[in-house]
Amino acid sequence: MPEIVANNRWLIGCFVLAAIVLALLPMFVSGYAVSFLLLMFANIALATAWSFFSGATRYISLATAAFFGIGIYTLAITHVYIPIGLALAAAAVIGFLVAVLVGLSTLRLRGVYFVVFTFGLTELVHQVINWWEIKINKTATRYIFSDVSNVAIYQILLAAMLMTVVGSWYVSQSRLGYALRAIGEDETVARHTGINTTWVKVLCFALSASAMALVGATLALRYPYIDASIAFNNSWSFQVLIAALLGGASRFWGPMVGAIPLVLLSEFLAGTFPHHFSIALGLCFVVIVYFIPGGLAPLIERTWYRLRDSMRTRPAAA
Amino acid sequence: MILFEVFLNGLLLGGMYGLIALGLNLQYGIARILNLSFGEFFVGGAFIAFFTIMLWKLNPFLSVFVSIPIAFALSWLIYQFMMVPLIKRAPDQDALDADAVLVTFGLFFVFQGLALVNWSGDLRGYSYLSVPVHIFGATIALNRLVAFLGACALALALYVILRYTRVGSALRAITIDPVAAGLVGIDVRKHSALVFAAGGALAAVSGMLVSTFVSFSATSGVEYTLKALIVVIMAGVGRVTGTLAAGILLGVVESLGGYLIDPALTIAINFALFMLILLVRPTGLFTRA
Repeated sequence: MPEIVANNRWLIGCFVLAAIVLALLPMFVSGYAVSFLLLMFANIALATAWSFFSGATRYISLATAAFFGIGIYTLAITHVYIPIGLALAAAAVIGFLVAVLVGLSTLRLRGVYFVVFTFGLTELVHQVINWWEIKINKTATRYIFSDVSNVAIYQILLAAMLMTVVGSWYVSQSRLGYALRAIGEDETVARHTGINTTWVKVLCFALSASAMALVGATLALRYPYIDASIAFNNSWSFQVLIAALLGGASRFWGPMVGAIPLVLLSEFLAGTFPHHFSIALGLCFVVIVYFIPGGLAPLIERTWYRLRDSMRTRPAAA
Repeated sequence: MILFEVFLNGLLLGGMYGLIALGLNLQYGIARILNLSFGEFFVGGAFIAFFTIMLWKLNPFLSVFVSIPIAFALSWLIYQFMMVPLIKRAPDQDALDADAVLVTFGLFFVFQGLALVNWSGDLRGYSYLSVPVHIFGATIALNRLVAFLGACALALALYVILRYTRVGSALRAITIDPVAAGLVGIDVRKHSALVFAAGGALAAVSGMLVSTFVSFSATSGVEYTLKALIVVIMAGVGRVTGTLAAGILLGVVESLGGYLIDPALTIAINFALFMLILLVRPTGLFTRA
């Protein structure tokens, strides 16, 4: 741990500075900006959490909306009985536990089967909860009675995002992160080198799911009411997937880079031209696959190194 | 008696699922491209049938003379110009699947967006051959029966082509091993393009058949893509002959489950069955173990 801190002093310094600036920002900007940043943080946290597992192992999951929705429902059900902080923690724990169950039963599926399974899982949970609410609860909606201010939600979400990004970075430097990447490269080889692949996969899948559930629960504080189609909306799964792939899943900061333009695009296009947003999103996919298959992150990194090298060599040449 | 009627309805519905899935299984099973924009071709076929009867006052079945060439040509172009570059650069099937899923998912968004811009998101439907028919005391709508018979005829035709023609043997060879098929002189790319295009055309035809008795909208595509994918995975990827049977199984289970448990749970039952099969027999029901 101290070694990892010493080796990355600059990175950590920048991070702390950014965290302080962002935490104090609501004092200086409008309410609209706070709401906008909230959405941005949620997307960054989800994309990072997604990429932490799916980017490294190449198990493409469409279950983001399922864990996100589980978080929303956990908060909606429990917040009437327990303090908000506890309800948020409960969401993370339940997301983790559900993911362990799902992971143990499904992670032997590979490729398209896993993709379709996770999509089906979201639909199944969505339908069953919808049915339960109407049939047993006699009402499709749940109201959320919270007096948490937008600024407080902003700060909780900021903390959740930072935890996700830092956690994802920290794990990617650890033995667990190497094991995860080894699985992504070749699972059979990874198993032969002595990695307990099932344990690694399930643990990381559950960690990523628990971050998603936490984000869902935090965002739920903003909604006056929820229902199953709000909580388990598939577009979360897709938007998060695009953000992570656009940014590049091979760097821990890649999903962040991808989420920012995407949220900007959806903010300015989705409200006024929803159909054109869908077309733009589709073209986005196609462009990523053909022209930037590794995502933006490696591209940015290369440009940065080139700039730095040219800065260094120029004085020597002159 | 009611149970028999429910079963019969499930059978007819399942025939439709089977037909839709046949097209997808041609594309994924033989051409090895998982096409997530598949349902948009289905919706396109349905819309052309709708315009044929509502705007031009013609028999909706005539619409296939327009929709088949369009769907065939468009699918062929997609394969030749969008999928071939991906196939060339992919190191293995997993990598190709990931790329194909992303690109065709992008196409799905583009097609759906275009359909919404041009035709709006309204639910469409028309009435054609909606007269009751009595079979063994059960009453069903004639359009469903016609669509089911159409599905069976198409499946049979496909089976005959694959089993008894020269092109059919080439396609079966490609299904088993595309590399080895190339070694014995089969033009894999040409055949794959052809079968991918045929899959798209089949989607358009099934869209026309289903539109005679189910209403649809510009956003219905994804639902049918998913149903088709479920059936394909149930039957086994590349198992063209088992596809119709798997579709019928899904239709019957959905129909009976909805009747016996709760109609609000039909989609949940669908997915539960599918996930069960994925966990127990991920290679499909109709494959040799």
